[in-house]
Amino acid sequence: MSDILKYFRQNRLPHIWCPGCGHGTATGALVRAIAKLKLDKNKVVVVSGIGCSSRAPGYLDFDTLHTTHGRALAFATGIKLSRPDLKVIVLTGDGDCTAIGGNHFIHAARRNIDITTIILNNNIYGMTSGQYSPMTPKGMLGTTAPYGNVERCFDLAKLAIAAGATYVGRATTYHATLLEDLIGKALINKGFSVVEAVDQCPTYMGRKNKLGTAVDMLNWLKDRAVNVKAAAVMAPEKLEGKFLVGELYNQPEPEFTAEYMAMAEQVRRKYDNFQGGVRECGQNSD
Amino acid sequence: MTNAKLMQGNEACTLGALAAGLDFFAGYPITPSTEIAELCAEELPKIGGRFIQMEDEIGSIAAIIGASLTGRKVMTATSGPGFSLMQENLGYAGIAEVPIVIVNVQRVGPSTGQPTSPSQGDVMQSRWGTHGDHPVVVLAPGNVKECYELTFKAFNIAEQYRVPVIVLMDEVIGHMREKVILPDIATLRIVNRKEPETPAGYLPYEADDDGGVPLMARFGQGYRFHVTGLFHDDTGFPSNKSDITNRFTRRLLRKVEKAEPAIREYFTESTDDCDILVVAFGSSAMSSLSAVRKARASGIKAGLFRPKTIWPFPEDSFKELAAKAKRVIVPEMNLGQLVLEIERLVGCKAPVERLSKVNGELFKPEEILSRIMGGAK
Amino acid sequence: MRTEFRLSGSGGQGLLLAGIVLAEAAILEDKNAVQTQSYGPEARGGASKAEVIISEEDIDYPKATDPDFLLALTAESYKTFGALMGKGIIIVDSSVALNPEIKARTISAPILKAAAEDIGKRVVANIVALGVLAGISGIVAEKTLELAVKNRVPKGTEELNLSALHKGFELAAAVGARQAD
Repeated sequence: MSDILKYFRQNRLPHIWCPGCGHGTATGALVRAIAKLKLDKNKVVVVSGIGCSSRAPGYLDFDTLHTTHGRALAFATGIKLSRPDLKVIVLTGDGDCTAIGGNHFIHAARRNIDITTIILNNNIYGMTSGQYSPMTPKGMLGTTAPYGNVERCFDLAKLAIAAGATYVGRATTYHATLLEDLIGKALINKGFSVVEAVDQCPTYMGRKNKLGTAVDMLNWLKDRAVNVKAAAVMAPEKLEGKFLVGELYNQPEPEFTAEYMAMAEQVRRKYDNFQGGVRECGQNSD
Repeated sequence: MTNAKLMQGNEACTLGALAAGLDFFAGYPITPSTEIAELCAEELPKIGGRFIQMEDEIGSIAAIIGASLTGRKVMTATSGPGFSLMQENLGYAGIAEVPIVIVNVQRVGPSTGQPTSPSQGDVMQSRWGTHGDHPVVVLAPGNVKECYELTFKAFNIAEQYRVPVIVLMDEVIGHMREKVILPDIATLRIVNRKEPETPAGYLPYEADDDGGVPLMARFGQGYRFHVTGLFHDDTGFPSNKSDITNRFTRRLLRKVEKAEPAIREYFTESTDDCDILVVAFGSSAMSSLSAVRKARASGIKAGLFRPKTIWPFPEDSFKELAAKAKRVIVPEMNLGQLVLEIERLVGCKAPVERLSKVNGELFKPEEILSRIMGGAK
Repeated sequence: MRTEFRLSGSGGQGLLLAGIVLAEAAILEDKNAVQTQSYGPEARGGASKAEVIISEEDIDYPKATDPDFLLALTAESYKTFGALMGKGIIIVDSSVALNPEIKARTISAPILKAAAEDIGKRVVANIVALGVLAGISGIVAEKTLELAVKNRVPKGTEELNLSALHKGFELAAAVGARQAD
């Protein structure tokens, strides 16, 4: 326990999340994974955007950056490119990451920049009290979907894989140990790693959709989750309405900051250092 | 043999940034600023710096803020549409007190407007573009050499006061090539942000209420501090307390107000005895200077006041000059932005005349001269 | 004294480079120089314009107001900018038919033909034109311009561009002689 507590800013606790919220469980899984890897507190930066999920870094005893809505990955890209030696973790929500931040998400994945991104996906905008997000399942209710959500939702893992992430996993807060394992592997992967933590928001998602208590919601998550290994031998119709959990993708590829540094090293070998004010732009014809 | 070189404004801007210690640039291609990104992409890898082309301008300013927090000297460059996209995070840099430099090579707007034509339509946006009261410094080069000097200065101001600094250029200044003799780099004074000496007892936002500037630690050095765009207290953690919000907002703006006499810079010609004072900045000031000289040649007592720091405006210096003027003329490539500040400062002491041009072309000196001569309004 | 040059043609003819070389040559002779351009879609093949101001004194206004010399390599640029000419001289490629409505003093020179046939490379028409412009205006010495050309053109093409430049000066001398007749 003390192993884990040392990664928290204990004077910042208790947290502001609602009773029964899954974000604490997911944050706990992250911290346990970090503790297991014995990461140096001084070499970890945690970055978040805006929303319930994004309050998590304030409780963690690292260098922490609470940015603007949707932009955590873009800020994190600057940090990582500047200091490739730091372990950079992004904590983001489903609205933060897949709506307003969707573009940064696919481009961070495309670059395969070594950032571990954990999406606390409660399928709803909690901070603003219950609007539907790009991760709200079709038909479910939100304050801005009073007659049921008519939009389709993302399969975030597939999106991440298609965009170029090299490690992708998903678990729910019911599967807290699996979640911790996946985050641990994501932290080890040198590249863009995504772990979707599907969690419960009893206050808005639950109440609006009559899903019951936090415990009922955990069961609701459990009932819809199918382990990827089990799914491999299941008939497609059995998977209707379910989602996969487990390690969904793990294919290392060259990492962006390492590639950049290698390029820069080659360039440096070729040119003398810049002395200031002595060179000119290359000239195009017109 | 001279060290004179033919140099483009955008190139001089980049060289000024490099001389000031730029070592991280993130940007997105946009006319007429792109040469800055291209030159950074070429130069930064050679000096251990970093260049990244982000997916948009929002990402670009976000990335440089992130990099600045690790201790780098950072810049992005853009034009109107991209500058509009950057506004939210510009406010973030203001409230989180992260030193950044943004170059805005203005083009005709609004919207896509006229990408390859000059304009000065972002004067007010550069000051008030993001929401809420926020600190910002805006510098406006009036020739190629000043693109170098003022970009250099922008870094020093950003570092010293922990504020976002905007270098407000325009298509003409950015793209024209001019004979320039750059200063000897050894003679330039580079300012670096003040850093704490030890993590023990470090309060990231502890500062004198009267415009004090907090010490800035770097990420990854053992300080383990928190940075947020929410109002926060000395510890850096969010606070809703009204007295903290009040003091903090006032300190942020006071920083710039207090810095004004030290950062103030302007150019004057023939203002000692002038009856007609022309106030212009950037490329409009080139036309104005020509017009003032022509007026003087025909015996008219005209003079030019050209602010290089336009926000904060060099109020005291300007008021002194304006007190003697019988007429004040403000030519600008917009329908009246800087003139609002001039009207405020001149008050009823003299008529302030707007001279606007919004056809995507630089003023011809004759247009300003004819106004000086009392021609058609 | 302030001398204004306007170099016009179509995008891709390299007139911006010619303008830059002219300005750099002026600087090599310790004069002041400013170069501007009309920039944009023109660079993809439309009408294109570069301007150079050269002066011993401080240059305040960077654009040409009443050019002393207009170079026009295409019919379109001749028509557009020729009509605006006041006191100055137009140097136009011989392939362009002259328009009696354009009253400014005009010199025709076979610039494009010389590049294509005498030098054997159309792409150096800009440098031939530069030679003609410099020869007729006398704004900078041939030796200075040689140095400026060598500084700017891509490595390996110096000789080619220098012969283009010399060809331009020859054409200028020839038309000058014709004018004298």
